[in-house]
Amino acid sequence: MSQKLTREPEAAPGRPEPTPSPARPDPKRPGETVFRGFALGAGIAILAILAAVATFLLIQGSPALLADPAALTAKGYGPFLEWVLPYVFGTVWAAVLALAMAVPVAIGIALFISHYAPRRLAQPLGYVIDLLAAVPSVVFGLWGSLMLAPAVRPLFTWLNTNLGFIPLFSGQVSGTGRTIFTAAIVLATMVLPIITSLCREVFLQTPKLHEEAALALGATRWEMVKMSVFPFARPGIIAAVMLGLGRALGETMAVTMVLSGGRNITFQILTSENPNSIAAQIAQNFPEAFGLKTNQLIAAGLVLFLITLVVNMIARWIVARRAAYSGAN
Amino acid sequence: MTTLSQTLASDALTSGRLPRFTVPVIAVASLLVGIAVASLFAGGNLALAAVLGFVLYLLAMETAARVVEGARQASDRRATTLVTGAFILALLPLGSVAWEAISKGIARFDLNYFTMSMRNIVGAGGGAVHAIYGTLYVTGLASLMSIPIGLLTAIYLSEYGRGNRLAKSITFFVDVMTGIPSIVAGLFAYALMGLLIGPGFKSGFSGSIALSVLMIPVVVRSSEEILRLVPNELREASYALGVPKWLTIVRIVVPTAISGLISGIILSIARVIGETAPLLIASGFTASLNNNPFDNPMMTLPVFVYDSYAHPGTDVQAYWDRAWTGALTLILIVMLLNLIGRLIARRFAPKIGR
Repeated sequence: MSQKLTREPEAAPGRPEPTPSPARPDPKRPGETVFRGFALGAGIAILAILAAVATFLLIQGSPALLADPAALTAKGYGPFLEWVLPYVFGTVWAAVLALAMAVPVAIGIALFISHYAPRRLAQPLGYVIDLLAAVPSVVFGLWGSLMLAPAVRPLFTWLNTNLGFIPLFSGQVSGTGRTIFTAAIVLATMVLPIITSLCREVFLQTPKLHEEAALALGATRWEMVKMSVFPFARPGIIAAVMLGLGRALGETMAVTMVLSGGRNITFQILTSENPNSIAAQIAQNFPEAFGLKTNQLIAAGLVLFLITLVVNMIARWIVARRAAYSGAN
Repeated sequence: MTTLSQTLASDALTSGRLPRFTVPVIAVASLLVGIAVASLFAGGNLALAAVLGFVLYLLAMETAARVVEGARQASDRRATTLVTGAFILALLPLGSVAWEAISKGIARFDLNYFTMSMRNIVGAGGGAVHAIYGTLYVTGLASLMSIPIGLLTAIYLSEYGRGNRLAKSITFFVDVMTGIPSIVAGLFAYALMGLLIGPGFKSGFSGSIALSVLMIPVVVRSSEEILRLVPNELREASYALGVPKWLTIVRIVVPTAISGLISGIILSIARVIGETAPLLIASGFTASLNNNPFDNPMMTLPVFVYDSYAHPGTDVQAYWDRAWTGALTLILIVMLLNLIGRLIARRFAPKIGR
């Protein structure tokens, strides 16, 4: 990392490329042309796949988008916008709740592994958190609905009795514990390791000299973290949160299996009147759907796709505004 | 107490610092108080005891540190406590999931489970061999498609296209692709097959297309990060010796980064092997073993778990037992993958930096 200080910041946009790479492949080296062609082709294939995703969803979803509302009422789930809006709300609301719980904890864990835990323990501890990422979503769904939901019921009752004056915790407490709050806890658990591992990577890339300089000036460990680690890692943290949000918005099984949701728009998180998410709605109804209903569910998937697209673009824009992202190399 | 303050005052190095035993003493004391309060007022609720103990510890340490060490040290200690607490908090669901999966999954973790399918089974008995085969087919095909595309794209991004417009837009759209919800990938595969072959077509291969859409960006992102960590000095040294660029990449850059690349690929497989939603839609359900991934629905282990949980027959317990065993099997597969990846990674890890 130390040579970074003596070298030009290469990643900065608008600067000439530092590597003296040949601008175009040498005709005497066919390997170069072929290899470069393969690499380029793979990159273009990715763009093609993404375009195909949007196109095919649009083609298969358009019958529902273009259909007459009366036909949708008769053969589908009802007029499209009116039908999909509660699920859009549920998707965003569950993701926001989950992130509100996950992000502080994730940053804490990442810091613990990168700067607080004893050196020898750091790698095994990181492995433990990676294990959490490895647990399949369907297992979390099973755990959330059969184990967590009954377990959190006393907490819900307590929150409702003592903090019921806050609108969030008001209303009639659900008897099953299968509320959007439970789903959000499961979602938070699922996005935690993703945010953690990215934050940890970025924290570890903090220039050693910055940290040592802060410590040499008499900073405590926490002050060192605030002065050298966080400023360096901020774009990385934002990128991590963005990935977590993307995962939380689209996560299906946890919500499908934990939540008994409907078409309610409510901010109360402890009641049995819960909004459902788009993804869960699709998963629950797709196997039995046919005709226009299938088209309508695919169109809902398109809406979900667009939401995540917008979220990602906003996040990318935030990241791009901060200079010197990815300090490596 | 007097002896304590005297020892503190007598040693210039440790003066104004809390003695080392403060942390364990306060931790144990606040935990005991937490347990006592919880058992007196809430019938011994363990979670409540832990939360109370943690809050008490935080308050006690804050007071002690503020009095003896001053505000800066106090906030340092508070941060340490909170950061450690966050880590312990994350261990709770992990431990709970593992415990539930093992204790409830062990009931059906027998020979029948791995030798029988669900063909003609109602109620107890049967197994998930059809689902395990399906998972191997679907994930294998998805890896076969995703790893080459992902790795080559990462190489293009980090070695060839640095800073040019195409590379920037690929990076951008890979980010966008990372955000594709898994269920949307499933809908895509379903829609694609619906147009190519016929509406309602479901197969293992459709599932692997869906999984590829999810897997490619993960491979690209992790590989690109790792390739960028390879020091430029190595590339420059190679160019200086007259090695062509592509050989530099194949012989110098990739081998240097191989441990990270493998670990990234393994993690991406581990991520998609447990995907349920896309397979639910693209590959469908079946109770029988299907050895042809290109036609007819194919059961996969995650979908089997979901199906057993969500659509139990009259004997609910038998279905839920199979679901838990499926969950346990999935966890074991994923852990095994991780272990193999780590071992390979450690074996070939280059010795660079920290």
